Amino acid sequence: MIRKALWLSATSIFLTLFTAGGHAEDRVVNVYNWSDYIDSSIIDDFTKKTGIKVVYDTFDSNEILETKLLAGGSGYDVVVPSANFLARQIQAGVFQKLDKSKLPNISNMWDVISERTAKYDPGNEYSVNYMWGTVGLGYNVKKVQAALGTDKIDSWDTFFNPDKLAKLKDCGVYVLDSPADIIPAALKYLGLDPNSTSPDDIAKAEEALLKVRPYIRKFHSSEYINALANGDICLAIGWSGDVFQARNRAQEAKQGVEIGYSVPKEGAQMWFDQMAIPADAPHVADALEFINYMMTPEVIAKSSNYVLYANGNKASQQFVDKAILEDTSVYPDAETTKKLYTVAPYDPKTQRVITRTWTKIVTGQ
Amino acid sequence: MTHIAATASSPTQPAEAFPTTLAKGFVNRLVIIIPYLWLLFFFLVPFIIVFKISLSQTAISMPPYTPVLDFKDGVSGFFAGFRALNFDNYTWLTQDALYFNAYVTSLIIAAISTVLTLIVGYPIAYGMARAPATVRPTLLMLVILPFWTSFLIRVYAWIGILKPEGLLNQVLLATGLISQPLVILNTYTAIFIGIVYSYLPFMVLPLYSSLEKMDYSLVEAAEDLGCPPIGAFWKITFPLSLPGVVAGCLLVFIPAVGEFVIPDLLGGSQTLMIGKTLWNEFFSNRDWPVSSAVAVILLLVLTIPIMFFQQAQAKAQEQGR
Repeated sequence: MIRKALWLSATSIFLTLFTAGGHAEDRVVNVYNWSDYIDSSIIDDFTKKTGIKVVYDTFDSNEILETKLLAGGSGYDVVVPSANFLARQIQAGVFQKLDKSKLPNISNMWDVISERTAKYDPGNEYSVNYMWGTVGLGYNVKKVQAALGTDKIDSWDTFFNPDKLAKLKDCGVYVLDSPADIIPAALKYLGLDPNSTSPDDIAKAEEALLKVRPYIRKFHSSEYINALANGDICLAIGWSGDVFQARNRAQEAKQGVEIGYSVPKEGAQMWFDQMAIPADAPHVADALEFINYMMTPEVIAKSSNYVLYANGNKASQQFVDKAILEDTSVYPDAETTKKLYTVAPYDPKTQRVITRTWTKIVTGQ
Repeated sequence: MTHIAATASSPTQPAEAFPTTLAKGFVNRLVIIIPYLWLLFFFLVPFIIVFKISLSQTAISMPPYTPVLDFKDGVSGFFAGFRALNFDNYTWLTQDALYFNAYVTSLIIAAISTVLTLIVGYPIAYGMARAPATVRPTLLMLVILPFWTSFLIRVYAWIGILKPEGLLNQVLLATGLISQPLVILNTYTAIFIGIVYSYLPFMVLPLYSSLEKMDYSLVEAAEDLGCPPIGAFWKITFPLSLPGVVAGCLLVFIPAVGEFVIPDLLGGSQTLMIGKTLWNEFFSNRDWPVSSAVAVILLLVLTIPIMFFQQAQAKAQEQGR
């Protein structure tokens, strides 16, 4: 008898699971975003307001997201790739155009950012900005002071000048294992076009990087957060938000480690994380509602206040904490913003040259 | 065997015995078929898919290669796609020394790690096998215990131990054994430590199972006849444990060749292993076909020598009988 009851309940659970998708009143949106990238109360508020359930899942690299999207049938309704990845994914037919009539909040967006994201997504037809930031220098203030005699870094020269970097070798230098972020920086430092795809220019960047290679301890795209926070290294080329995360962890740990972040005065690369809807998304209407909600000034400001990144929403700025809004390493001043550059995605042939050059720089082979 | 058993159990009813035998024969065959089906679905089918992709060309599309073999354009479309397949990606691999160097480095690192794991694992397994029977389950449990924690977290823990201000250096500095912190993290030494640590159970368990089955009266007999303990070990214990040694070494060597996480976290950036090369092709270049070709070659590099080795072993065993 008990067995029969168990069997019945198991069957009913099974049936409920299977039919759940069919009920019109069970509205769901499957969101796939970067890890540690949202104030979770925003999701609860959204569900309370709209009745749409959010299934929130996270990733920690663009590559993982891209592989899922390219394989197709990911089941996600809203994904947040970085713009240079998004551009290629649009070409591959991964995304659908956004129905702007369902996105009234789009008027809140910031033209300074939209103009730049249009380089990746012409006319911003497929995506809306979530957060943006820069690629710059994260450093351990005290250790840099001891090695270089200055507690402020403001130039790529600190990294690309072999004499200066040699002094930082012993306290440790990490670099992003990401050629698309570092090679343009080398080109910028050399006074060349960071967008250059000419093999000659890339060879010059390679030369500049090989000169400082002996002083670099490791190329890695995430380990530097902990390494900076623990005081294991004194300089890292990294993404702004990651360095802020290191700074916060160091403050929480109270070991006397003080982390600084600098946007080099020669100019730094901007990155953008864009919300988009896959072409095969099962819940398009709910996805649009979610994206529209995320463009509400108060909501996105709440997210910025939590993750410490700048967002692409002009109207939200009055709700962003003053300390964040006035921090020029988060929201660079107009002067610096002019010098920030974007890098267009590479065509497959150039990508191969870039990856091969990078392997040579990193491994010496 | 079953045939005899079936007829013996019902000698008076031969009419019924016949279908029973048939059923048992079928069950027996089914039992043999299961592992083959397993191989077919979880090895051969994925391999054929990877092999097919390795013959395609990269494209900006979903999926990111062409041609995709399907019947969208009918049977002729399928064959047109089939004809477009070629071995260009394999030619590509021979044109850049990078791939060859990566294979060789991986094989060398895996071989050294396997020998080190054997040296560390053998005494552990030997000690376990010679321990009183009541203690053995506990010891076995202790070997398996680390699997209860995530592999990734255990590798991360080694960063904390090996780094310049890490646990190991603090202890050594405090005891005065060294005056300067040792640089271990981000070197090949760290990779060897990581692999030996992570794969040790895979070496210890097969070694233990073959050592435990061994008849120790043979060793006692040798010693009674005047053979020194070391001689008895090399003449009796070690040869009898060879199946365990071979199984353990293969279990360590094969995954170590393709290891990605340990060199990525513990090794320096200069470490060029095939796992990283494959990652670069797949994720950085988005070239699924070339990365598939790298994977197919890796499989051949591993499978063919192992097949020859096993054949030679089987032959040697038969001759030994």
